[in-house]
Amino acid sequence: MTELRFWLYQARKNPLSLVGIAIVLIFVIIAILAPFLAPPPEGHIDAYQIPRDGYSPTPKPPSQEYKFGTTQGQYDIFYGVIWGTRSAFKVGLLVIGMVLVIGILLGSIAGYFGGLVDEIIMRITDIFMAFPPLILAMAITVALGPSLNSVIIALTLVSWPIYTRLIRGDILTVREEDYVEAARGVGSSHLRIIARHILPNSIYPTLIMASLDIGAVVLSAAALSFLGLGAPEGYADWGQMIQFSRNWIVGPPGNPLAYWYTVTIPGLFILFFVLGWNLLGDAFRDILDPRLAKR
Amino acid sequence: MEFRAYVVRRLFLIIPVLFGVSLLIFGVLQLFSPVERASLYVTDPRQLAHLDHIIELYGLDQPVWTQYGTWINQVIHGNLGWSKVVSMPVIDAMANFLPATLELALFAAPLIIVGGIFLGSKAAAHKDKMADHATRLAAIIGWSLPTFWLGLMLLMVFYGYFSGLLPPERLSTQMNVLVHSGSFIQYTGLHVIDAILNGNVPVLLDSLRHLVLPVITLTVVNLAFIMRLMRSSMLESLGKGYILTARAKGLDENTVVKKHARRNAMIPVLTVSGYIFAAIVNGVVITETIFNYKGLGWWAWQSAVHLDIPSVLGFALFNGILFVLTNLVVDLLYARIDPRVRLGEQAR
Repeated sequence: MTELRFWLYQARKNPLSLVGIAIVLIFVIIAILAPFLAPPPEGHIDAYQIPRDGYSPTPKPPSQEYKFGTTQGQYDIFYGVIWGTRSAFKVGLLVIGMVLVIGILLGSIAGYFGGLVDEIIMRITDIFMAFPPLILAMAITVALGPSLNSVIIALTLVSWPIYTRLIRGDILTVREEDYVEAARGVGSSHLRIIARHILPNSIYPTLIMASLDIGAVVLSAAALSFLGLGAPEGYADWGQMIQFSRNWIVGPPGNPLAYWYTVTIPGLFILFFVLGWNLLGDAFRDILDPRLAKR
Repeated sequence: MEFRAYVVRRLFLIIPVLFGVSLLIFGVLQLFSPVERASLYVTDPRQLAHLDHIIELYGLDQPVWTQYGTWINQVIHGNLGWSKVVSMPVIDAMANFLPATLELALFAAPLIIVGGIFLGSKAAAHKDKMADHATRLAAIIGWSLPTFWLGLMLLMVFYGYFSGLLPPERLSTQMNVLVHSGSFIQYTGLHVIDAILNGNVPVLLDSLRHLVLPVITLTVVNLAFIMRLMRSSMLESLGKGYILTARAKGLDENTVVKKHARRNAMIPVLTVSGYIFAAIVNGVVITETIFNYKGLGWWAWQSAVHLDIPSVLGFALFNGILFVLTNLVVDLLYARIDPRVRLGEQAR
């Protein structure tokens, strides 16, 4: 707890990290209040499905009814970005959560027991890390059939090796400490030693850095959605909304910026979301761990 | 350890990794049904009508290990299957699209590395001054930019607002016809180089005009990454004892920063150049998609959208192998430059 207070104190000294906290908080509030900010119309079954106003292919500019305008196919942009915030958190939290579970499990096994198990696990991480991540994620998404769940699985599969390695490294640094030896001496089981003595003393910095990677995960997910491999059409998802805007980059002659809102607004949501987490990450990187600072 | 011994050791180490890479791709392949997998062995569209023949011929209903043997044998002989999207074998498609992507990467990579090193060391040399804050903020915003959005915004302004100033695609229609006519010899497939070799100024200008936006899109995000890395590495280097010595000798600040600090600070940048390669490949898919720039990335996107399995997996395999080899080269360079790497191996 004192440590937490120390971090908060450090974070306060860096004004940019405060901006980061503010941005992230705003997004948290948007996600929580989504049903009030953009209430689904009556009789709407799936709240994540963006309501549409007809099927006209031409986007409509912001108006009283549609604050940010509509995309091609008349999907409400305001509704889409608000509920898209929820999807973003959903994807980010799920991926980071699964990655951390895998990372802690395999990382502690590899780091604590060493030897052949360690060698096997590390060689497997080598193989996954032998691909440019987005390319491997693309291949996996295609193999599983394009959908939001496939994107989540694909991003988990390409991200777990890095965290497994970091956590393994953390564990190696404390494995030979006296208190671990002491625990071993009094006959504690391996599980107890790992869970009670090693993990709490070694992995917090990595856990925090990992959770701040939500921004990067959401960015990759948006990229896959933009490529047309993510959520089904009409699902509230920032990447897909930018894909919708692709054909409307240039307006009619005489008014080239006529459809600016279709691309600009969802893009700003992604940019600020990622920026918020990155600002936080940057600040914490300096505070927490000089080893990570060089990454 | 002798440098040569290190090289040999490192070369042996990539064999299991390459084997693993092929296993992983093969594993992804196993997610498909035999009928879908059969398209991997099709080399001619007419064969698509007789998929059951292919299933039998290549033993796609056989045990997994037999199948892996058949598959790896085909891959080694250059048969990666049929690319539906462009109606040619995957291997030919890759050869066809590679020059366009290479052209893009050859412009972007030096900008990323030189620009990042320059800006990063400038920021570190002026730590906590205005220039430092400005570049840091720019770097973190650049690092957070969604590439696909940046590209579209650039198009909106430079193609839309400035009516057609910097257009998408690789060449304008007219120049495209010219390039593919008999009078223009395609030596390399890289339009800029070919135009120079042919002495054709209009094609040169046209291809450069089409390269500006994709190169910027590909550069910004990665430049920001290198810049941040370089800044922290430079700060560390500036705090070292030999900098103090250099200053005490009375060397001017310029020499200290450029010769003593910057050269040492560049080592971490070298170690991540493998990562930069991966980032460029990732970025190429998105950039080429946005600009309709017909290179490897565009083809990979088209294949992914049309669920063209052989192409997507072939592309992934190609990149995996390339990435492994890039990392090998980086490691060897690193060992060459920094003897501590080799000595460390010995100490262990």
